[in-house]
Amino acid sequence: MKILIIEDEAELRETIQKSLLKEKYTVETAHDFTSASDKITMYNYDCILLDIMLPNGNGLDLLKHLKQLGKSENVIIISAKNALDDKLKGLALGADDYLTKPFHIAELTARITAVLRRKYFNGKSEVQLGNCTINIQERTLKVNQHDVHLNRKEFDILNYFSLNKNRLITKSALAEYVWGDHIDQADNFDFIYYQIKNLRKKLEDSNAEMAIETVYGIGYKLIEK
Amino acid sequence: MRLLNQSLTYLSSAFLVIIGVWSILFYINIKDEIRDSIDDGLENNKLLIYQKIKADSTLLLQREFGGNNFEIHPISTQKVPFRKDVYKDTLMYRHNEDDLEPVRILHATFKHQNNYYRLKIISSLIEEDDLIEDASYSIFWLFIILIACIFIINNFVLRKVWHPFYEILNSLKNYRLNTNNSPISVTTNTKEFIQLQDASNALIHHTKKAFIAQKEFTENASHELQTPIAIITNKLELLLESDHLNHDDAKTISEVIQMTDRLKKLNKTLLLLTKIENKQFIQQEGISINTIAKAHCQQFAEYTAFKHIEIKIEEAANVQVQMNDSLADILISNLIKNAIFHNIEHGKIIILITHQMFTIINTGAKTALDSKTIFNRFTKNESKTQSTGLGLAVCKAICDLYQFKLNYQFIQNEHHFSIHFKN
Repeated sequence: MKILIIEDEAELRETIQKSLLKEKYTVETAHDFTSASDKITMYNYDCILLDIMLPNGNGLDLLKHLKQLGKSENVIIISAKNALDDKLKGLALGADDYLTKPFHIAELTARITAVLRRKYFNGKSEVQLGNCTINIQERTLKVNQHDVHLNRKEFDILNYFSLNKNRLITKSALAEYVWGDHIDQADNFDFIYYQIKNLRKKLEDSNAEMAIETVYGIGYKLIEK
Repeated sequence: MRLLNQSLTYLSSAFLVIIGVWSILFYINIKDEIRDSIDDGLENNKLLIYQKIKADSTLLLQREFGGNNFEIHPISTQKVPFRKDVYKDTLMYRHNEDDLEPVRILHATFKHQNNYYRLKIISSLIEEDDLIEDASYSIFWLFIILIACIFIINNFVLRKVWHPFYEILNSLKNYRLNTNNSPISVTTNTKEFIQLQDASNALIHHTKKAFIAQKEFTENASHELQTPIAIITNKLELLLESDHLNHDDAKTISEVIQMTDRLKKLNKTLLLLTKIENKQFIQQEGISINTIAKAHCQQFAEYTAFKHIEIKIEEAANVQVQMNDSLADILISNLIKNAIFHNIEHGKIIILITHQMFTIINTGAKTALDSKTIFNRFTKNESKTQSTGLGLAVCKAICDLYQFKLNYQFIQNEHHFSIHFKN
């Protein structure tokens, strides 16, 4: 899988690159409008991370450029602006997702994985992890063909883990994913802990070949057994 | 008190004093004048009586006033020394009034054919109490009429003269910094009003500039902060995935991440507040408060079950409000989250949706919150240090934007937050 990061801020570009390399993606970067424009003209990518505010150009114009080239790359916009206008414009121009800075690494990984899943599943909505089958459309989990009942939040959490397989998800990232934006996370961690505990028990009871590991007591990781 | 009426108050108290003093002086003068002329009349009478006595000495036998206005008594010189004329006020019985009435009396002593006589002549006086009563009435009416006249003149003339002032005042009252009003302009030739208008416009101009500068600063600052915060969070998260980390380091890093999260949330919320106050959420549509409330309660169902909090929604009406959908979402969800996260285990939440009103009642701390500061920014429960203290400030900002009324009450150990959608 080849991914292009278009971002002018060097530190952020490098951090994202490092994280994506962990996922075994091939990563290329562009730091301004011109180099980005050159790269998308010459090569094909599976996914493009696009910052809207670029030196010497607007990221939205790159979207238009892609459309003119007839390329159907998956584009995720990364922007410091949470303006609804930009979001709608970007999505209207063919972007697949819109992520507002700052974001958690786990959130970015999840968005990329989700976009790539959509692209390569060809309408299939099942993810296979060991002997577990997660059906995203129907929101069900099957272990060895047997249904395991999960409540809404438990399924959300499992899905998030599956999008971040083998990667650390911090409690804050998980809390933000579960609760959404504009929330004071005062009391949320014990609830997260409770949900994870239930989820673990259900996975263990059904002999699933995946487990949720606690990492340093600050986050979790989904691993295949 | 209005300017017009204020001048009227001052004028009427001044009039009251002036008319009061004037009427007392006037009364004293009039009384003196009346006495003088009565005394003159009495003296004239005396001289007439002396003349008549010379011609007809039977008059000396007039011992009683009777029908006449004089009486004469002989006296011995030893008993009463020869005296000057004396005028006195006294009371006498009047048949027609059946009462004692004031009269003016002249005591004179005269000599007739070597005998001394005392002469008393009377003349009726004005009845003072009647005079005072009548005069008071007239003065009272004079006062009323004066005040009424001034009131009418004030209202007709002054109102016209002060009209530009009220126009400027109204423009200032209706001025909103964040809308593009044109400068105040009234037609007047009065120098003071032109000066007032110029001063107001200058002040508005300065305030507007400061307001815009502040707005831009908040917006830019928040935007510019997003990228560094993103870099910090992401770098730390990557660092956590490193294999060479010991447990304590990881713990520290995670704590820093949590702090950064707080920073991020603060920044986002401040940006949201700025946007609300700058009226950047323009789009409006008909929003069903019932639907939003139910959706958010559903969203937290697992959490409330975990905390054993019972949520009840009582819908007495279907409330439709014209507002921005994201703001409606934030408003209702913030109130619901507030009620959930500040609740106690085995607590309860009641959501009442009645005509043009949304009320959320929750159990929680057993003491009332300070309703004066609760909607201020950064007011927070000391036990919840993780909270940004901006949740309710956002609600307040949204309600202010749409002129909804947001209230807090503490009734029977329960916290009540209510929104009136009609103002």
